Amino acid sequence: MDDLRRTEALLSQQQTKISARNVQVWYGDTHAIKDVSVEIADKTTTAFIGPSGCGKSTFLRCINRMNDTIPAARIEGDIEIDGEDIYDRRVDPVRLRAKVGMVFQKPNPFPKSIYDNVAYGPRIHGLARGRAELDAIVEKALRRAALWNEVKDRLTAPGTGLSGGQQQRLCIARAVATEPEVLLMDEPCSALDPIATAQVEELIDELRQNYSVVIVTHSMQQAARVSQKTAFFHLGHLVEFGDTATIFTNPEDSRTESYISGRIG
Amino acid sequence: MSALVIVLIVCAIAAAGFVLGRARALASAGGDIRGLHSLPSYYGLNVALAALLPALLLLALWSIAQPLLVERSVAAMLPDGVDSALVMSDVRRVADGLALAVAQGALSPQEVAALDADATDLRATLGDVGVALGSAVTPEILDAARTHRAMSATGDLWRAIVVIAAALAGTAVGWSVTNSALRARNLVERVALALLAFAASVAILTTLGIVLSLIFNTLEFFRLYPASEFFLGTTWSPSFGGGSELGILPLLWGTLYISFIALLVAVPIGLFAAIYLSEYASPGVRGIVKPLLEMLAGIPTIVYGLFALLTVGPLLVELFGNGGPLGLGWMDGGTAVMTAGLVMGIMLIPFVSSLSDDIINAVPQALRDGSLGLGATRSETVRQVILPAALPGIVGAVLLAASRAIGETMIVVLGAGAAARLSMNPFDAMTTVTAKIVSQLTGDADFSSPEALVAFALGMTLFVITLVLNVFALWIVRTYREQYD
Repeated sequence: MDDLRRTEALLSQQQTKISARNVQVWYGDTHAIKDVSVEIADKTTTAFIGPSGCGKSTFLRCINRMNDTIPAARIEGDIEIDGEDIYDRRVDPVRLRAKVGMVFQKPNPFPKSIYDNVAYGPRIHGLARGRAELDAIVEKALRRAALWNEVKDRLTAPGTGLSGGQQQRLCIARAVATEPEVLLMDEPCSALDPIATAQVEELIDELRQNYSVVIVTHSMQQAARVSQKTAFFHLGHLVEFGDTATIFTNPEDSRTESYISGRIG
Repeated sequence: MSALVIVLIVCAIAAAGFVLGRARALASAGGDIRGLHSLPSYYGLNVALAALLPALLLLALWSIAQPLLVERSVAAMLPDGVDSALVMSDVRRVADGLALAVAQGALSPQEVAALDADATDLRATLGDVGVALGSAVTPEILDAARTHRAMSATGDLWRAIVVIAAALAGTAVGWSVTNSALRARNLVERVALALLAFAASVAILTTLGIVLSLIFNTLEFFRLYPASEFFLGTTWSPSFGGGSELGILPLLWGTLYISFIALLVAVPIGLFAAIYLSEYASPGVRGIVKPLLEMLAGIPTIVYGLFALLTVGPLLVELFGNGGPLGLGWMDGGTAVMTAGLVMGIMLIPFVSSLSDDIINAVPQALRDGSLGLGATRSETVRQVILPAALPGIVGAVLLAASRAIGETMIVVLGAGAAARLSMNPFDAMTTVTAKIVSQLTGDADFSSPEALVAFALGMTLFVITLVLNVFALWIVRTYREQYD
């Protein structure tokens, strides 16, 4: 199993999807991210771990420029996706976010029907010509999120009426429906019970076939289960980045080892 | 002894009770506060309340009951067959006048007792001390007034004695039960609860009283004037000489028309302002604009009325009247539905924007993030996620604004004119229910004529309309509020 993972990781390492160099982020006077450089591979799940307030969510939000919506945030350095600088003046953050989907910590379905939730992105970006095509997109997205069988008979029911795990899978379907190339997940399972968590983790593993998935998690077991690459953040620094198996079994940095073995964090 | 003096004495007794109770509690615990169930001041407060509450309650009840009892026994003295309500008011005036005369030294108590209605000109004497009487005083009335005065004086004396005795008794009881184990804190807490509940029920009882007074006067009106003609009549032409036509429809039409125009102005502007403030404005801009906008709400409506009369009306006439640049000639005078509607709309902008702003802010940030994260622009997010989520609350805000528009008076009186008519032209002068209530009640009308009583029927109709609107608005807001979470 480990061998298989390592081979996969090696394969994908050749195709860098996201490349960040010397990224610095300030919230007002707080220096939240200090000189982070990382290469994130395509068709791989990369986990960001680290104690609360270490900057992993902040860094995640840099990748689709969600920090732009916070007036006090200031970003320096380069982040490139497919070799294109996303902080370039010519890049429209709105278009970028269609390419880099995001799933949030708390399930946040819109107060609309299940169908309209999933169709939201495709409608905004004009991905469907006609109702039939939109229906197909919605069904495909819900199938990918492993939710189709549970909701196919009640697509017009409100999305807020689903259970927590179903809501989070609906949000994943919603993000997938716009055909992003990268999927960012900010602690997607922290509000879910173990069964729903297992479903979402299984889903992440399937999504990896098509997307580059970046997941922030507080659970080291989860990071070990779903990711091929792991990045450990501490106090705004990227302390260590490497294959998940290596990080968890033979970390280079003593801080990483302390965190993984539960001595700090 | 006047009620004020009694209240002061009771307060003094209570203050003394406070000191005594506090001291006794401390003494019972041997001077150690930790040995007491409650802090010493709670024991003092407990004794003070035991003195105050029964005494003041008794004072209030006595002050209500005494005049009723006195007047009943005095009325029994009067000969039958006279208009007792009228005579009683004479008796009251004479009795008050005598009391005043004695107080000012114009008459001595002995002189009052010896007064002879036929011999002295009592009317002139009382006129000198400032009590004007409508007619000369007859011996019967003088007798009745003297009895009235005597009984009231006795009653007042007993009132003072009983109330002060109650205060003393309360102090004594409160003091005697004070010991270190008494749960004075809990007792005081219970009094605080009763006080708060009383304050809440005053508001409810007042509303009830208003409704009842409206209902009785409305029923009285419908006895004099057929309800079907009131509700279905299309002409409003009150004439105090009789033969009035009091149809509510033209007034209701004017009210709804003006409110409609006001909402047409206030809802889009208010809503857009709210969206700007909550979604786009930076904290600095928001901190300045929001208070400024809310200042509009603090302007008295009479000032808005002046604005309508002196600025907006003439401006509209210039634009839409004869010889205007548009050459339309739609408008004859400055007072019109349009004038009042526009100004009322301006008045309602802060109302709509402030409520909508709160509601939009209550939409969780997670929904905004979700939409932005899918690549939606801010205005797409507002249109497709935030407004649908906030819609029930916004509808509620609009309905509340509508009920304010319907009840508005001053702007209409000054801006819309006084002609009750059913017309579609928004540049015609029209009038509303509220404006006509004012004009029906501010004349010299006899309050028992249908022309005056119609005001209550109008008020009742308005009350029902706004009540239904408010209940509906609150229902909408409450039903759909839990959507997020």
